[in-house]
Amino acid sequence: MARQLLKGNEAVAEAAVRAGLQSYFGYPITPQTELLEYLSHRMPELGRGFVQAESELGAVNMVYGAACTGARTMSSSSSPGVSLMLEGLSYIAGTELPAVLVDVMRGGPGLGNISPSQQDYNQIVHGGGHGDFKMIALAPCSVQESIDLTVLAFDLAEKYRSIAVVLTDGSIGQMMEPAELPEMRPVKFMDTDWAVRGAEGRDRRFLSSIYLDPPQEEQANLRMARRWEEIEANEVRFKEYYLDDADFAVVGFGSAGRIALSAVRQARAEGIKVGLLRPITVNPFPAKVLKEVAKKVQGMLVVEMNAGQMLDDVIRITNNCVPIEFFARLGGVMPFPEEVLVEIHRLAKGPLTTEGDPRSRWLKRASAAR
Amino acid sequence: MVAPETQGQKVYSRPESLTVTPTHYCPGCTHGVAHRLVAEVIDEMKLRERTIGVASVGCSVFAYNYFDFDFVQSPHGRAPAMATGVKRTLPDKIVFTYQGDGDLASIGMGEIVHAAARGENITVIFVNNTNYGMTGGQMAPTTLPGQKTSTSVNGRDVETQGFPIRASELIATLDGASYVVRRSLNDPKNIRQAKKALRTAFEVQQRGLGFSFVELLSICPTNWGMTPTQSIQWLEEKMMPFYQLGDYKISQAVAGLKF
Ligand SMILES: Cc1ncc(C[n+]2csc(CCOP(=O)(O)OP(=O)(O)O)c2C)c(N)n1
Ligand code: SF4
Repeated sequence: MARQLLKGNEAVAEAAVRAGLQSYFGYPITPQTELLEYLSHRMPELGRGFVQAESELGAVNMVYGAACTGARTMSSSSSPGVSLMLEGLSYIAGTELPAVLVDVMRGGPGLGNISPSQQDYNQIVHGGGHGDFKMIALAPCSVQESIDLTVLAFDLAEKYRSIAVVLTDGSIGQMMEPAELPEMRPVKFMDTDWAVRGAEGRDRRFLSSIYLDPPQEEQANLRMARRWEEIEANEVRFKEYYLDDADFAVVGFGSAGRIALSAVRQARAEGIKVGLLRPITVNPFPAKVLKEVAKKVQGMLVVEMNAGQMLDDVIRITNNCVPIEFFARLGGVMPFPEEVLVEIHRLAKGPLTTEGDPRSRWLKRASAAR
Repeated sequence: MVAPETQGQKVYSRPESLTVTPTHYCPGCTHGVAHRLVAEVIDEMKLRERTIGVASVGCSVFAYNYFDFDFVQSPHGRAPAMATGVKRTLPDKIVFTYQGDGDLASIGMGEIVHAAARGENITVIFVNNTNYGMTGGQMAPTTLPGQKTSTSVNGRDVETQGFPIRASELIATLDGASYVVRRSLNDPKNIRQAKKALRTAFEVQQRGLGFSFVELLSICPTNWGMTPTQSIQWLEEKMMPFYQLGDYKISQAVAGLKF
């Protein structure tokens, strides 16, 4: 396939189609709507299922129904819509079904705005829905990576009977970049012993998230926990930049990681030995490599487009073995590489400390600046 | 006089589409009757191997234990959305939801209205027993004015608690709905009528004629605090005048149906 100029959201939609998406259900919300619009003509054109649902509640439960048939199915939304979907996501997880969700994050909380942010890290990674379930979360930083991770999301969802989320944002969703789409894969139902497609020549099956008997529910929870361990062991993905000889490390995912990379390159040009760790799976989090990096460097800078939702994980994982600083822009404001560069300078200059709270130091600086 | 030939002749048996599981329904509860009618219709139409039921949240949450075909179980109120997901992915299969009045007419009002408006080619079986059975008899959108429930202990006061919703009449206003009727499970005649309506509803779906909806007036002796017989009487005296039986929507295509 040749490279072509593609818009993030449409590229994700077409990538899903080519990954064998059999039915799609969505609801309009900016900055995700191009996915819905694109699939509203593309899916029927191919004779596949498409419904513009009455709400995100409707959409996620349509996905739930479609997932029960063992088809590749998906919805997409943005932060407020994803909040509304959490009930359904918990049910899908509790029924141990594969499904894909694309979350094109925007500014918030509440209605917020339609600008890019990373405010959904917690609700996706730490589960806003009820219960002990986890969702695979893949965070792209470019149109090409959005395509690749969408295809991967379907494969992982199917492999682990799990929800896989493509956790992207309004900036990646709206940007146009040259990228290459994958080949069209055939549409086919999963070959499973659980899918519900009519009890033809076999015993009936049913799919439910109910285990009225608590010990059975405990078994189901243990099964999910073991499955997650397997995912943690096999599916961690990340990208390292200039970390081999680094004295300092920046950690950021998605757009924030991409912006941080520009700043890191600039700092390198100035002779500062700084590198970047960009988690691609924010769930499972690349904890092992983060620990290794933390042991090697003198200080770390976490950059996010939220008030430190991933920072909390970085602090927990590194367990005070390295000084950490934090930088963020909130509410739909994107950081500039220059701003991140200033933070790298501050990091390189020191003094660094493992005392105190990186978030409150940042908040003090941010409050003084704005 | 010749004795009626009943020996060796089957007059009553379990439909193939029901499992041999004893239900958890309270004695006298009409959920059991509704289940049996659905199973008989599925048997008669030979749809057992092609049918996927969608259970809702309510006393019928375990419907999947009793029907001997494929089933899924939805979150509270979302059964029509889940059924939509199944049907749009498997258009050749028969998909129905089985929902109570709290499920359908309260928390799930959005989902049912839009499934009907889309003319989703599914069948909805709506069991109206004027209260939330499973959670212990709270007021539902269908609770009658003046009716006592655990959250309207002095009787539903329409001034503060609003008016009941007549779901069939409401759904019938939607152009997407093809077949919308209300029947009752109070006596053999009405039960036969109910079965006919269910048969029609599944025929509508099988022929791709769109959204079909059968409301069944039902009893909840346990939460009504009555015997089953008293409950039937209450249904006849109080519910039937308010929720009139009848055909609320028969699309042209459905009117011409012959089977
Ligand atoms: C989101 C959510 N809210 C509340 C409940 C609790 N709940 C379980 S059953 C039920 C009432 C069901 O009543 P109805 O639909 O009338 O069916 P019936 O039990 O009368 O057959 C409720 C409120 C739930 N399971 N999920
Ligand atoms: S509580 Fe009411 S609706 Fe539920 S099984 Fe008992 S009688 Fe039937």
